[in-house]
This record gives sequence, structure tokens and C-alpha cells, in this order.
Amino acid sequence: MNHLPFVAASYAIGILLPASFAITAWMRMARASGQLAAIDPRRQRGAPSARGAKP
Amino acid sequence: MDASTAVAPARNPKGVGGRNLHRFANPGRFLRLSGAALPWLAVPGLALTAAGLIWGLCFAPADWQQGDTVRIMYVHVPSAWLASAGYLGLAVCSLLSLVWRHPLADLAAVEIGPVGAGFTAMCLATGSLWGKPMWGAWWVWDARLTSVLVLFFLYLGHIALVRAFDDPQRGYRAGAILALVGIVNLPIIKFSVDWWNTLHQPASITLTGSPTMYVGMLWPLLLAAIGYTLVFAAIVLARTRAAVMERRIRGLLMARAAPDAAEAAMP
Repeated sequence: MNHLPFVAASYAIGILLPASFAITAWMRMARASGQLAAIDPRRQRGAPSARGAKP
Repeated sequence: MDASTAVAPARNPKGVGGRNLHRFANPGRFLRLSGAALPWLAVPGLALTAAGLIWGLCFAPADWQQGDTVRIMYVHVPSAWLASAGYLGLAVCSLLSLVWRHPLADLAAVEIGPVGAGFTAMCLATGSLWGKPMWGAWWVWDARLTSVLVLFFLYLGHIALVRAFDDPQRGYRAGAILALVGIVNLPIIKFSVDWWNTLHQPASITLTGSPTMYVGMLWPLLLAAIGYTLVFAAIVLARTRAAVMERRIRGLLMARAAPDAAEAAMP
């Protein structure tokens, strides 16, 4: 019996599953950070591009 | 609106433990510290995991009985350790939430749940892929396998329970109680191979004794285990950061909506 397909499937799971968690976590963090930067008054005050926009 | 109001305030911060814990309850401080820690977890985690897996796949020797199937161990064993360690982390966060009302512990517990469930599923799937060529069966109702399956269901139960209430605080509380009750399963998983006559082999690496494993297999396993642990921690930290920011976004949007609603209600 050739065991290599079982080994390959295990490594595929061992790489793809943590990678999918990592990518979704990263995307979620980036999206939340972007939204917060857009609506948070303290961040807008601190951001150079927003300086001077308000009197 | 201040950042500290974006998270439910602590109700019982008294006591030395409570004071020290609540120093890190401030969302702004958490975001700052976790942002600095995240690259130090993610980059070494990815490097060590890659090193351990490549070493285990290409350079570690095959087992004299199992042949190349033993290479599944480099994925299966770290995921099994992290399935239990993740649940322990979930239970600790639940304890912090119930006893000290730590506001970030709720969020951390919610974010550990799906990651822990994923790693438990990975443990079960890779174990099954090892069992078919070695035992001749994808699954047996062995004490170790069954107790890990129960752990997977506990994770799923926690995920479902915290989302089952309209009031998130009630969901967090119910999930915390479930997590603390379910911790009884961890010693059962650990000692199942000693207490019962199981098909699953006993531990090859223990804290008290020297490992019963060839050193050429032990090193890649330890590298993969440390790497996966760092990756797990990085994923949970990133998800918790996102949850803290999402909570603040909801708070800001509600604060903005309230004056608008008041204006609309005026005659």
C-alpha cells in the first residue's frame, strides 16, 4: 500500500487550514483598522492627512 | 467617546490579581502592545513551522515499522497539543471573565473558540489519515479518539452558545460556564491512554521522563510544535485585535446614531 497520499493529504491540511485562519484574521484586522481610521475622531486628529481638514 | 468606554467596564477590579489584570484591559493599550507583539509571533512562527515540516517531510528518517506514514506525526502531534492547549486558554479566559470580569477576556475566549476547533479538526483529520494505513480503519471508538472528538464538540458548543443570545454579555457568560465545565475533558484526553487499554499509543514525550523517540525525529517535531504554537497565538491575537476594533467601531457608530435619532424624534 502506498502511504504517500496519506502523508500528502496530512501536510495539505496542516498548511492550508492554519493559512486560511491566518489570512482571514489578517483581512479582518485590516478591514477593521481601515474602518476605525475612517470614523475614529482621535485617529483622524492624529493622522497627517486629516490635519487641517477641520478648523 | 473614549476607547475605554468601547468595552464593557470591569465590575470587580479589586484585589491584587484584578488590578494587575485590568492594567491590560484598556483597549488602546491592548492594541498598542498586541500590535508590537504580532510580528514577533507570526514571523518566527511561520519560519519554525516551515522548518519543522520540511525537515520532517524530507530529512527525518522513516520509521522502521510505519515507514513514511510516521511523517504525519509532524502535523498531527502539534495540532493535538494545540487542541488541548487552546481549550485551556479558552478556560483561563473564561475564568478571568467570570471571576474578574476582565473585558478583553470575553473577546479572547470568543476568538480562541474557532481557531481551537480548527486545530482539533486538523488533529482528528490527520489522525484519521494515519489510522487508515496503520490500523486499517479511518476511525475507531478508542478512548483517546473519542475524548478528542468530545473536545471538538465542546469547541463547537462554545462557538454556538456565545452567539445564541441577543445580549452578548449573556452569551459570553454562558460560554464561559460551558468552557469551565468542559475542562474536565482535558485530563481525560491526557490520561486516556493510561487509564484504558487503547489502540492509540501512549505519549512518547513527557515532562518528567526522557523522550522515547529517536532524536532525528524529535527535533523536527519540537520545531513544528513551537512554530504551530506561535502561529496559533498570532492568529488568536490578530482576531482579538480585530474584535476590539470592531467593538469600538460599533460603539462609535451607535454614539453617532443616537443624536441623529434624537433630532429625528423632535417635532
